Amino acid sequence: MADVLVVVDHVEGSVRKPTLELLTVARRLGTPVAVALGAGAGRTVEVLAGHGASRILVSEAGEYADFLVVPKVDALHQAVKLVDPVAVLTVSSGENKEIAARLALRLESGVVTDAVDVEAGGEGPVAVQSAFAASYTTRSRVTRGIPVITVKPNSAPVEPAAAAGAVEELAVEFSPAARGTRVVSRSARESTGRPELTEAAIVVSGGRGLGSGENFALIEALADALGAAVGASRAAVDAGWYPHAHQVGQTGKSVSPQLYIASGISGAIQHRAGMQTSKTIVAINKDAEAPIFDLADYGIVGDLHTVVPQLTEEVAARKG
Amino acid sequence: MSLRIVVCVKYVPDASGERGFADDLTVDREGVDGLLSELDEYAVEQALRIAEAAGGDASVTVLTVGPEDAREAVRKALSMGADQGVHVEDDDLHGSDVMGTSLVVASAVERAGFDLVVCGMASTDGVMGVLPALLAERLGVPQVSLLSEVSVTGGVVSGRRDGDTASEVLEASLPAVVSVTDQSGEARYPSFKGIMAAKKKKVESWDLEELDLDAELVGSAGAWTEVDTAVERPARSAGTVVKDEGEGGLRVAEFLASRKFV
Ligand SMILES: Cc1cc2nc3c(=O)[nH]c(=O)nc-3n(C[C@H](O)[C@H](O)[C@H](O)COP(=O)(O)OP(=O)(O)OC[C@H]3O[C@@H](n4cnc5c(N)ncnc54)[C@H](O)[C@@H]3O)c2cc1C
Ligand SMILES: Cc1cc2nc3c(=O)[nH]c(=O)nc-3n(C[C@H](O)[C@H](O)[C@H](O)COP(=O)(O)OP(=O)(O)OC[C@H]3O[C@@H](n4cnc5c(N)ncnc54)[C@H](O)[C@@H]3O)c2cc1C
Repeated sequence: MADVLVVVDHVEGSVRKPTLELLTVARRLGTPVAVALGAGAGRTVEVLAGHGASRILVSEAGEYADFLVVPKVDALHQAVKLVDPVAVLTVSSGENKEIAARLALRLESGVVTDAVDVEAGGEGPVAVQSAFAASYTTRSRVTRGIPVITVKPNSAPVEPAAAAGAVEELAVEFSPAARGTRVVSRSARESTGRPELTEAAIVVSGGRGLGSGENFALIEALADALGAAVGASRAAVDAGWYPHAHQVGQTGKSVSPQLYIASGISGAIQHRAGMQTSKTIVAINKDAEAPIFDLADYGIVGDLHTVVPQLTEEVAARKG
Repeated sequence: MSLRIVVCVKYVPDASGERGFADDLTVDREGVDGLLSELDEYAVEQALRIAEAAGGDASVTVLTVGPEDAREAVRKALSMGADQGVHVEDDDLHGSDVMGTSLVVASAVERAGFDLVVCGMASTDGVMGVLPALLAERLGVPQVSLLSEVSVTGGVVSGRRDGDTASEVLEASLPAVVSVTDQSGEARYPSFKGIMAAKKKKVESWDLEELDLDAELVGSAGAWTEVDTAVERPARSAGTVVKDEGEGGLRVAEFLASRKFV
């Protein structure tokens, strides 16, 4: 069967869940060959082999951390030449999309970003995209070159599948452009101990209706009771109540969890763009006319200051 | 030496209107009003601030590639304070994918002349967020993208990029392409004086011939991707909405239990 190149998203060797979903998608199209770049790449092998990677190309060069984007494009370009895959898949994120697009241009191939699903088709992979704040579903194909497709988290189930997982060192010759943009310093985001927003099965979000940053404690307590990630609307982020990394929406993260709980969020189109594809939506808002209720599977018209703590208590009690 | 800044802006359908697709599966521009992409206002703002910091020894050119109406986006940026505009318009551009669009933008930027190109983080319609990177690849200059903070000093552009797992400080020598996020600073409103002054500013109109580009390379003809279907998503069926009578939290917990979340 034809090979499909899967770009591995990992932090110091620990593979992030969306990459495992990508391996499920890749198996529909052919045999997954994984490429892991950067410090700790070698430590990804076992997990990748356990999820269907037949080969794993590894390169731990320091350039990936010291310079922006181009070194990774160089590496993937060599990987494509080596493997000659029928498609290249990568997880949608700001940086990965840029890498994918530049790689596609070098390959003279089309690129599709933010697929929510990928199907095998007669004329190559068909990418399902969600357009205009998820009000349309489109199906597109790359018609020239090797399809390069970026896939959003939560687009496929994680399915273990044993495979050979043969490790190979990827020899990369960096282009002169690789050193163009220097990373002068990097500070890792502090871990909250809660699940990663884009990967979480449950997301609990707060908006302007919370009234203050302190009141985010209500949201965090509910999130902890449910084992959920915490999200925020842009109004709450702009007010300085919660860090931008937690913003859900068009210019924040887009999430697609099993359950999304919105409290004190009106449901503006830009917020909906980031959460509309959640499987189940619950809204708590004191305004019965708030547009968020149009999306909600279950809604409570009421004051979040009383509803949310009561909910948290009841969830904790039921979980025993 | 003066700093030549080009700001790339896109004219997009208003997100508060009914956006949709035309019969040929390109964006329907008849059914909904267009405007300067709100995220590109941040790009214009940062370009103006960089020019101001250069003490007036800088020029800001607004560039858009799009249909006739797209000129409105250029006008808006001019009324915010940009010096001049370029509008690339050609019937053969209809149906361009991001590869075609980036080819045209790159050619126009080169023709305009630049030390720094400033883009938004993403358009509000296609939302790919990749055009700035493609532009850098095509122009053979560094990209310093998705910045929440940006400045230029002594021929070096630097900025902060807040990514998924880390926050990075980046630096590159000019010429370069940057893109800025909506965290980079509120965009100014056009003043009355600005709006009046904009009427006198020059907007050049270029077509493919002037950019020396073959029509086969752009539009639907030159696209490397194809949309097969676009289907409106059924509206979510309205769920249960109940008024809190003192037991709202318990009701939600019951609902969550019924769906096996607790
Ligand atoms: C280009 C662009 C990009 C954007 N990107 C994003 C984005 O990524 N994410 C995003 O979220 N927004 C984004 N926005 C902003 C968006 O348009 C809205 O302004 C924002 O989502 C509003 O946030 P909110 O719902 O928290 O606030 P509001 O709209 O002010 O709503 C607050 C809600 O809380 C309710 N409320 C108040 N008090 C209580 C209470 N005690 N109990 C219960 N309910 C209460 C109110 O009834 C109201 O419905 C963007 C806008 C633009 C122009
Ligand atoms: C719903 C939808 C999905 C699409 N999906 C794909 C796809 O998967 N693959 C594909 O190849 N094409 C796709 N397209 C087409 C693509 O969006 C256009 O070709 C587009 O002009 C470039 O991408 P973008 O608008 O997403 O720009 P982005 O990459 O999001 O734009 C970033 C920045 O680039 C600048 N910029 C973008 N367009 C212009 C312009 N015309 N003039 C001047 N500056 C500009 C602006 O500064 C903007 O802020 C899609 C279009 C739509 C409407």
